[in-house]
Amino acid sequence: MIAQNLNLRPHEVSGLTQRTVARITFEPEPHEVRTDYFFALCRDSAPCLADLSGYAAVLVEQGAENVLPKGVAAPVVTGFASLSGYSQDSIAVVNTPTGETRIVYRPESQHNALFATGRCNSNCLMCSQPPKITDDNRIVEEHLRIIDLIKSPPESLGITGGEPTLLGDGLVRILVKLKERFPRTHIQMLTNGRLYAYEDFVRDIASVSHPKFISAIPLYADVASIHDYVVQARGAFDQTITGLYNTAQFGLQTEVRVVLHKQTLPRLLPLMKYIYRNLPFVSHIALMGLENMGYVKKNWECLWVDPLDYMQTLQYAVRYLFYRGMDVSIYNLQLCLLPKALWPFARQSISDFKNIYLEKCGGCLAKKYCSGLFLSSKARHSRGIHPVRIDPEEVLSYFGDCHPG
Amino acid sequence: MAATSFLGPSAYGYGSTTQYHLLPFRFDRWSNGQVFLANDVGEFLFLPPDTFQAFIDHRLCPEDLQYFDLKAFHFLADDQSSAHLDVLASKYRTKKSFLDGFTKLHIFVTSLRCNQSCPYCQVSRQGAQADPNVYDMRPEVLEHSVRLMLASPAPRVTMEFQGGEAFINFDLLQEGVRLAKKLNVGVGKQIDFVVCTNLTLLEDCHLDWCKSNNVLISTSLDGPAEVHDHNRPMGKGKPSHAVVTRNILRAQDALGKQAVSALMTTTLASLSNGRAIVDEYLRLGLGSIFIRELNPFGFASKSAVAMAYRTDEFIRFYVDMLDYIIAINRAGHTFSEAYASLILTKILTPWPVGFVDLQSPSGAGLGVCVYNYDGDVYASDESRMLAEGGDHAFRLGNVLKDDYESIFFGETMQTIAAAACNEALAGCSECVYQSYCGADPVRRYRTQGDIFGNRAGDAFCQKNISIIKHLLELLHKADDDPDLDRILWAWVRREDINHLRLPT
Repeated sequence: MIAQNLNLRPHEVSGLTQRTVARITFEPEPHEVRTDYFFALCRDSAPCLADLSGYAAVLVEQGAENVLPKGVAAPVVTGFASLSGYSQDSIAVVNTPTGETRIVYRPESQHNALFATGRCNSNCLMCSQPPKITDDNRIVEEHLRIIDLIKSPPESLGITGGEPTLLGDGLVRILVKLKERFPRTHIQMLTNGRLYAYEDFVRDIASVSHPKFISAIPLYADVASIHDYVVQARGAFDQTITGLYNTAQFGLQTEVRVVLHKQTLPRLLPLMKYIYRNLPFVSHIALMGLENMGYVKKNWECLWVDPLDYMQTLQYAVRYLFYRGMDVSIYNLQLCLLPKALWPFARQSISDFKNIYLEKCGGCLAKKYCSGLFLSSKARHSRGIHPVRIDPEEVLSYFGDCHPG
Repeated sequence: MAATSFLGPSAYGYGSTTQYHLLPFRFDRWSNGQVFLANDVGEFLFLPPDTFQAFIDHRLCPEDLQYFDLKAFHFLADDQSSAHLDVLASKYRTKKSFLDGFTKLHIFVTSLRCNQSCPYCQVSRQGAQADPNVYDMRPEVLEHSVRLMLASPAPRVTMEFQGGEAFINFDLLQEGVRLAKKLNVGVGKQIDFVVCTNLTLLEDCHLDWCKSNNVLISTSLDGPAEVHDHNRPMGKGKPSHAVVTRNILRAQDALGKQAVSALMTTTLASLSNGRAIVDEYLRLGLGSIFIRELNPFGFASKSAVAMAYRTDEFIRFYVDMLDYIIAINRAGHTFSEAYASLILTKILTPWPVGFVDLQSPSGAGLGVCVYNYDGDVYASDESRMLAEGGDHAFRLGNVLKDDYESIFFGETMQTIAAAACNEALAGCSECVYQSYCGADPVRRYRTQGDIFGNRAGDAFCQKNISIIKHLLELLHKADDDPDLDRILWAWVRREDINHLRLPT
């Protein structure tokens, strides 16, 4: 899961004085709630929508300017190529003065995430979303506003970045709000866990006691020097390990994530041993294929190993954890690359908006259960991708009916 | 934008020459040339002799493959990680956490009377017709014993009834459970109930009572009729096998298979019947067997001596049995050996094992205590067996005369505790198998006349080291044999082996 950062192209803005968050609506809303809405004016909107006053802003699709009533009593943002792709009650952020607009929440998606901050205290070799200095001055208030604007409780919601824990007390406020509004939503936060080395901070997070909050924390080796090299931060291993122990002490749920690449594969099995013997309290371990985004393109040579070439290692690692009763999953790797023994562990892990299948996947009989590929892997991917010919009954025996279709 | 230039591995300490320290560990040179290393938290590995020498001479380079292993397994520490020792401390606390809550197994000898006359009996039993006023627990003894059990700091305790034959005085069992439940109101412990019984007197009302009070049944089954009847005759030498096996099935029917378990004692007659014994367990649908050697306790009657064998004979028997049991599992039938499962749990997992016969500090008094029918409290089942032979060395006190403090922290307990840690016993302190083994001062006293004892020629030591080494060899094989690995892990986790099967 990763933040959706869907940029719509820059627009013309009038009347909007500050960065604004609101839901998108295509239908007229009652006056008293209009400040919570951007009214989306499309080319095919009925011209009878005379009263557009009171909205946070009116977003106008190109070609719909003529539908816009003269002298509308609301800020107006024009120049959207198309608005029809967005669903009712999606939440958007409109920046000023550029008019740059991002969709930050789509009610129909299971892959929504709060993009907590762009900043990070690590700089991982394979970061798919490299850190950037963002102005976090009002960011916590914006997140609280977004949470308030989510209409119905989502099944799951991510918190990502950057490094969300850099928000410090702001993160605690966000979690308090989430507990208040969505106590039954699975909240998964991607964090490097380094600031969890501070006991007081972990105590504060734990005291929110959101019942379905889990921190997904990466660990790349069983020894400090390799892990610190991968995350490009000296002392990170110690902080993360201490952090994991702190989460256990205060009853915070955690999963460990390992991205599989040239720097992590040589000690993958020792790492599994380390996790079982030293971190047996983690509730899940995810072994993840590489996403060809961000720094990965830059560091390709130092990272890329064709999954076909590490299948034996992966199989040993998964079996090691499985026999020990540890919950283990494989993310981002295609079924056609995995031996059948690993199929029960493969998850459809790629967020919907960046998930593709190749042309040759068309004839694959296991496609319905396959993670597919990252959009960014279209050109560069394993040499082993091929359509799987298999008896549909046999596929069912691996995945049953409970697997998401 | 953040910096997008990256530093190489050496900037993060990879390969840098650094002084390292040896963390506490022990080792043994195996006959295959490898050096076996293990530490206090049970982590282990094998090193070739020259690597081992380089390691202890502080000559190992950080680029050496084994450097990382030794570090991750906590055999060495360097200055690159401050969390390293904290993690080791956590692991150690976890391994020893069976100590939390102090005494958990509370054995109640409600009657010394028994209707069987097993030659190897570990207690100088009284016949079924002996005077209950002398050999059964009196009500005030029962009540004081229950109160002591509930005074234990453990949030969860096991109340286990032994004999004699426990069902010979069913009223006392019922009263014991009723009393425990009544007096526990306001105390709030979780109490697990177990009856150890020979199952020869089983009646429907016993089963009804077990069912409504969640009482588990632990019985003894030594194998097929020819072995069992030889080892465990009724009075006057009559056979017991038919009635015991019939009642095992009856109890399984009434209480569920999980509620009935059996122990097996190995005699000379067992040695040549290993497979038949396992087959008998399988026939009865028992999921596990606990292969125990003859205890050196009890009274050494002529007939008991005639049942004895050498320790090396037992070890050979045990290993053969284990091979046969593994073959059964390979064929898809989940069936475990309990002693192997316990030791494997010690070797393979970060978790504590609360098995009173094999732990350090020892189980005696710290993990288990026995309330005898006459009101005396003993440090273990073995302690009261000694007492039945006239030696009261491990009597902690009496429920009617002494209070909790003086029983559990009195002079006798202090004496036991002084010899209770194999970390500090001569011969154990440097033994590489120490963290998989335990201290047993009571047994050492019985066999050697000294709670500290001498390990040379010690049968307990010989047996455990042989079994532990055999299991380590099996684990080594399991590295290249996923099926064997799966079976051993299923035992550790008490799982159905077929649930751990992966598609092929």
